[in-house]
Amino acid sequence: MNTLVELKGVGIRYMVGDFKGIGLKEFVIRKLTGTYRAKEFWADRGITFALNRGDMLGIIGANGAGKSTLLKAVSGILEPVEGSVRVHGRIAALLELTSGFDKDLTVKENAYLRGAMLGYTRKFMNDAYDKIIDFSGLREFEGRPFRQLSSGMRARLAFSVASMVRPDILILDEVLSVGDVEFRKKSEEKLLEIIHSGVATILVSHSLVQVQKLCNKILWLNHGKQMEFTSDVAGVCERYQAFLHKA
Amino acid sequence: MKVFGRQVLPLNETPVRRAVRVFLAHRFLFEELVKRDFKKKYKRTVLGMGWSVLSPLLLLLVLKLVFGQFFGKSIPHYTIYLFCGQVVFLYFNEAVGGGMVSLMENASIFTKVNVPKYLFLFAKTAQTTLNFLIILAVFFGFCAIDGIRFGWHFLLLLYPIVVLMLFNLGLGLVLSALYVFFRDMAYLWSVFTRLLFYGSAVMYSIEKFPESWKRVYMCNPIYMFIAYFRKVTIDGAFPSLGHHAILAGWALFFLFVGSVMYKKFNTKFLYYV
Repeated sequence: MNTLVELKGVGIRYMVGDFKGIGLKEFVIRKLTGTYRAKEFWADRGITFALNRGDMLGIIGANGAGKSTLLKAVSGILEPVEGSVRVHGRIAALLELTSGFDKDLTVKENAYLRGAMLGYTRKFMNDAYDKIIDFSGLREFEGRPFRQLSSGMRARLAFSVASMVRPDILILDEVLSVGDVEFRKKSEEKLLEIIHSGVATILVSHSLVQVQKLCNKILWLNHGKQMEFTSDVAGVCERYQAFLHKA
Repeated sequence: MKVFGRQVLPLNETPVRRAVRVFLAHRFLFEELVKRDFKKKYKRTVLGMGWSVLSPLLLLLVLKLVFGQFFGKSIPHYTIYLFCGQVVFLYFNEAVGGGMVSLMENASIFTKVNVPKYLFLFAKTAQTTLNFLIILAVFFGFCAIDGIRFGWHFLLLLYPIVVLMLFNLGLGLVLSALYVFFRDMAYLWSVFTRLLFYGSAVMYSIEKFPESWKRVYMCNPIYMFIAYFRKVTIDGAFPSLGHHAILAGWALFFLFVGSVMYKKFNTKFLYYV
């Protein structure tokens, strides 16, 4: 079977309201006085698409269209309320790179922690560590605590660890470029290498140019609804732009 | 239905087997988390490690100086009596207090990658358990100095140690889930543990209390853990089977409630962080 990702009529509900971070005391009072407000809405609904090996899907849509939520459902962090998500193979998600590091740990320790988070084995990490640290260019900072690193360096380490992955499905949430000019070039090359190794890739991007250059399939979301899913990438980009101008 | 990974999930797999398989698949992450928690606790200093032993000893000294006047004469081996209470209460307090915030503290990880959420609590509990075992070694040293009779019966202590660890895990599951929803749980909990400390007979004896009061103490699992320790070390006696059952009952109760909560809220936690 060549279908790696298959979504059928996926609907994901999200909750918003003033329930976040209120305490138990406040919760009880608001419940009693009837001022407790929590609203559920569909972040995504009726999303259907399938990806094969070698496919690259671009997801476009304005902020709040439900792109990131959809990625979370594909990677299994969120469960759909309706429909089904079927995933065959190993997923690697490069979402918001620099969160989840620990400021008190050294660069090396953080690299291992991140590797463990991404599902590598210790043996794999031992073998790959030299490559990772060389790729990130942080060899001289190996033993330094993370808090001493600049944000660019942190992103470089994150990318270097994540790029060791040999996934079947790659999820990219606006992370095609990190670090300085030199590293950006290197990281783009590395990504293209992974993408072209026969994985199915999902890319969320606001750059239509990038989507047109890289993707062979496109999914356009608007307020959680699927406007189009097709391989006519150029056509959708045109209609999307026309739609934006009209609005 | 969802299929993750290459292997097809066996459909007739029992929940326990599944849990074990998933845990083993994430062993590397578990180990790295324990390491991280250990390093953060001791801040890589020699003093940090020493301090974790020294601070309970200092508290022990204070309790001995203050309460030794009142209870020291009527309670034999009063230092060991105090230490039993302290070592149990301290472990409970550290493991559950740290466990409560463990899920929330790792929100930046579980909102980005799909990992079993109980791993963070397990790692925290493992770290506090190691710390507890170090202090326990000091405790046995004190027992030797105080002329406590050592023997095979000390092996009985393995029971309350293992059950207390499970109890802490279970309560940690419940509280860490609640803490995601209600952040003021931390304050409420600290008030509650202070009450619990005075209600666990750490520095006094309930022997002369009326029966009805004693029954209230029997409902306090921490008191029961402490009583077990004292019975074995100081009295050199075998606690009743009922005593064993009560401890196991508490641990299983919280483990059950906690597991159900984690299962129910697994993907809902995300909305609250």
